[in-house]
Order: sequence, then C-alpha cells, then structure tokens
Amino acid sequence: MKLKRQDAVLLVGLLAVALCLAVVLLLTRRDGAQVIVSVAGRETARLPLSETASYTIQGTNGGINVLQIANGTAWLEDASCPDRLCVQEGAIRYAGQSIICLPNRVVITVEGTSEQTDVDVIAQ
Amino acid sequence: MTKTKHLALYGMLSALALVLGYVEAMIPAFFAVPGMKLGLTNLVVLVALYRMDARSAVCINVIRIVLTSILFGTAVSLLYSLAGGLLSGAGMIALKQTGKFQSITISVLGGILHNVGQILVAMIIMQTNALAWYLLVLWISGIAAGAVIGLLGSWMLERLPERI
Repeated sequence: MKLKRQDAVLLVGLLAVALCLAVVLLLTRRDGAQVIVSVAGRETARLPLSETASYTIQGTNGGINVLQIANGTAWLEDASCPDRLCVQEGAIRYAGQSIICLPNRVVITVEGTSEQTDVDVIAQ
Repeated sequence: MTKTKHLALYGMLSALALVLGYVEAMIPAFFAVPGMKLGLTNLVVLVALYRMDARSAVCINVIRIVLTSILFGTAVSLLYSLAGGLLSGAGMIALKQTGKFQSITISVLGGILHNVGQILVAMIIMQTNALAWYLLVLWISGIAAGAVIGLLGSWMLERLPERI
C-alpha cells in the first residue's frame, strides 16, 4: 500500500485540526476558581477550588459520586457506577476541564471565575 | 453471490465484529480515557466496505452495535455506539465513493468521526459543551487508532481474495 498525494494532504489536514485545537486550548487555559456539579443537565452545586472539601453527589437512578477538592484540584474519589471511568479520569484544575460520569449523568466542570469576582465586576 | 451465501457472510462478519469488540473490551490499557479505543471492529467494517458494499458495511455495523448493547450495554450505550458507528460509517463511505483515497486514510477518518459522534451525543445528553479537552484527546486517539486499523485492514485486503 502506498499513500497518494491526496491521502497525505487529508491526513496532514486532520492532524493540523488537532494541533489548532491543542494550541487554542493551551492558550486559553486558566486556573479554575470553582467547580460546578450538574446532574442530568441541571446544576446542583458550586464549590470553590480553594477550599478542601468532600461532597457526595446524588446522580440519576440512585447513583452516587464522591467529589474531593484539595490544592486547587478536583477529582472523583469514589463512584457507584459499574465502570468507574470517572474515578480513573483523575484530577482537573483548569477552567473548562470536566469529569463526566455517563451512568449517573453527572458532569463536574471547572469554571474560571467565582461568583465573588462576578460581583466585583458589576461593582466597578 | 447467492442469497444464502450473502446471508451466511452477513452473519459471520457480524459475529466476528461482535467477538472483536468483546476481545477489545478485555484489554484494560484502552480504558485510560473514556471513549478511547482501538476499534478492532472497524476492521470488519473496512473489509465489508471493500469486499461487499456500503450497505452491507452499515448493516453489519448496526447489527454488531445493537447486539453488543443488548448483551453488555444499556440504552444509553446503544445511543453512543450508534452515533459513533453511523457517523464514522457515513464518512468512510463518502470518502471511498470519491475513489481517490487509500483504505488507511478512510480508516483514520472513520476513527475520528466515531469519536466525534460520541462526543456530540454526550453534549446532547449531558447538556454541556465543556467537552473541548475530550474532543482533542479523542481526535488524536482516533487518528492513531484509525491508522493502526487502516494498516491492518490494508494488509488483510491485500491477502483476501477479490470475491469473498
């Protein structure tokens, strides 16, 4: 099998898309200020990343996920879902990063600004 | 090809895809990131696409996905697999129709689109758009997995007879 010109062009193009996405994500990366927990698309909790905490999330169908926060990072310590992929995902800390547990429909997202700074911006 | 032979080939390839999916699920290394996988079943789809036709490839893939979900999965996993499988199938068929690309390139596009389809469904189900990091990781893993499968597939196609 030999790659033709058009194969090479398309493959390089597909790699370039990944590179662009990586550059955009790296350049726009900021340390997060708080984590937002949502279940089935509805926000259920907001926790600051600056404070050490442990929080049990009630997912759908009686499932639970245990969220831990320490040293500005957040991770899932334990989960009731069968595959526990969400636990294996490890810790997140940058704005926009997320951990997802599909069976319990739980999404944990890091947000860059806390409610506190929103108030400050309005006060200016 | 007689109707009986066609039917037998359908059954055999569907079963092969099902088994390959099961074999892959037993390899823990591919669980590093959710959604990241090699896609061994795509070997079967690729062979069906080249040795049978587009319709057969889609049929075999859909049969495989529905069976896998009934046996090992849930309604949600069916949705994810179908989105990935159909988008990847459509992309590979479209690229093959142009007649300008090698099987490895077609497989790479299939690998990427499979992951993109799953992320789209995740965005809809989860009501979130915070999946850009996943998209990057799965885009790259899709290219890598597609290249490996494409290479294996092209070797297989070289050795398989023109009419199976």
